[in-house]
Amino acid sequence: MATATTPAPAASPTADERLVRRSAVARLLARPEMGAVVGAVAVFAFFAAVAPVFTQLSSVATVLYGASTIGIMAVGVSLLMIGGEFDLSTGVAVVFSALTAAQFSWFLGTNVWVGVGVALVVSLGLGFLNGYLLVVTKLPSFIVTLATFLMITGINLGVTRLVAGGVSSPSIASMDGFESARSVFAAKISFLGVRWEVTVLIWLALVVIATHLLVRTRVGNWIFAAGGDDLAASAVGVPVKRTKIGLFVGVGLCAWLLGMHNLFAFGTVQSGEGVGNEFLYIIAAVIGGCLLTGGYGSAVGGALGALIFGMVNKGIVYAQWNPDWFKFFLGLMLLLATIVNLVVKKRAEQR
Amino acid sequence: MTTTTGTSLVTMRGVGKRYGNILALQDVDLDVQAGRVTCVLGDNGAGKSTLIKIIAGRHQHSEGVLEIHGEERTLGSPREALDLGIAAVYQDLAVVPLMPVWRNFFLGSELTKGRGPARILDVKKMQRIAKQELLDMGIDLRDVNQPIHQLSGGERQCVAIARAVYFGARVLILDEPTAALGVKQSGVVLRYVLRARDRGLGVVFITHNPHHAYPVGDRFLLLKRGRPLGYHEKKDVTLDELTSQMAGGAELEELAHELEQTDADSALIADVRAAEV
Repeated sequence: MATATTPAPAASPTADERLVRRSAVARLLARPEMGAVVGAVAVFAFFAAVAPVFTQLSSVATVLYGASTIGIMAVGVSLLMIGGEFDLSTGVAVVFSALTAAQFSWFLGTNVWVGVGVALVVSLGLGFLNGYLLVVTKLPSFIVTLATFLMITGINLGVTRLVAGGVSSPSIASMDGFESARSVFAAKISFLGVRWEVTVLIWLALVVIATHLLVRTRVGNWIFAAGGDDLAASAVGVPVKRTKIGLFVGVGLCAWLLGMHNLFAFGTVQSGEGVGNEFLYIIAAVIGGCLLTGGYGSAVGGALGALIFGMVNKGIVYAQWNPDWFKFFLGLMLLLATIVNLVVKKRAEQR
Repeated sequence: MTTTTGTSLVTMRGVGKRYGNILALQDVDLDVQAGRVTCVLGDNGAGKSTLIKIIAGRHQHSEGVLEIHGEERTLGSPREALDLGIAAVYQDLAVVPLMPVWRNFFLGSELTKGRGPARILDVKKMQRIAKQELLDMGIDLRDVNQPIHQLSGGERQCVAIARAVYFGARVLILDEPTAALGVKQSGVVLRYVLRARDRGLGVVFITHNPHHAYPVGDRFLLLKRGRPLGYHEKKDVTLDELTSQMAGGAELEELAHELEQTDADSALIADVRAAEV
């Protein structure tokens, strides 16, 4: 360890002699997702100790599948939160997308791929509507998306009752295009002797794309700025409104991807599902270090939050505990993770 | 620098602004010249912000003539003003606190490399330029990667000023840059005002504090209740005259008090007290 009196070596143009080289550890700790990394390792170690079966490859595949069904949405939600907004309609938006695809193709008797395409347009449209209402009314996103959450919940139930006469969408498993759509959205891939769900791949791809978008493109800069201080951002020419609408549309895309998986994995969708899931996505983002007030966070963090969710969710089963306790653990994780994030962030900034 | 010192960049003749039946500003003559600092002084509600909003393109004047680079114009938007080289640095909305200095520096005008979907930020180049530009303005930062909220208030203002200068501003409008700062910080910002001037920019410095305006200003426009109270060259006016012109007794008492706290020259304090009468 160099002491303060040691003269600094000649500074290169980029390095500065007053900049005490922070150790690699300190710099790592300053990352927004660091708390989640620590949490994920701790949760893994914990369940590996109480339930040895947890570390088997087939269990890993199951855990990752559970994590991916939260993680896909957490990517969009994390970006949205970094951009300073909330979306409470995400849980029902997933079901909305699946119901749209199923009932459109069933009611009109088309190839299911037509329904898939219509669902994409509708999902992106719902995201656009959320964003557009937000920037036009200037209401908090909490209110705007709470309103769309309620409306979509009603539409899911009401339209399904009208079209299918029940609470679940008609099964489209025997319709044209179902098998090919299933082999895309609900594929299983054999690898290392275990069958992996395609959603894991989709999830990882989304995380990579979102991370690239955030740190290496202009749009990423705008997302951080829109969430950090929208007035300052628009004063220097950042298209804040377009950025925010785009983020909601991105959430819509994630909802479509997950909705299509749910539809083609099971062939039918319950119209009342999805309520409450929006909080899981937000929790994943928060555990992953995304600041509730915006302007700070990462896509990797949201992914780690989803991973922790998956591990706790399945770990309880592998440990043969009563799954009733799952929500309790989730709440505890959220509390611990946010406290750790806060402490780690303060420490890192003081260095 | 292409413009020589003394070239008129922005000229106002008899400019006024009405909001409905309220006269916010009237009969203002102003000449912003390259390489000179024009100070606009006035109390709250004197019309300072209306004046800068007209020059910065946020509002349009309703009377008189506004000439920019010798051409009569009405500015429709801040973007239009920016394109003409007029940049405004606002006291409260200068930067995004949690973002690194270099990202703030290039925010809204990011440098990229590559094309189409492969178009990415040129991070190295932006970091290098930000560091160098700030150094040229006399701001020696340790690390342009640190979040800008770790800088002092004065340094943040200076980053915003350096940014405007780098992006080709020829007219720099500073809205109360020293209002929220301590004495020492204010000194730092005032030094950068002079640096910007020395680089040939026409600086419009808005303040309610004549003690900040006098040392750096070349010309002083005093506003009161939306009307010009005086327009002086530096050689024609002293700090005392400036102070007593712009303020009433109560304010001067406050000023004297403030001066006492900042260890100012006791003769100066006596002068201010004398002007109260």
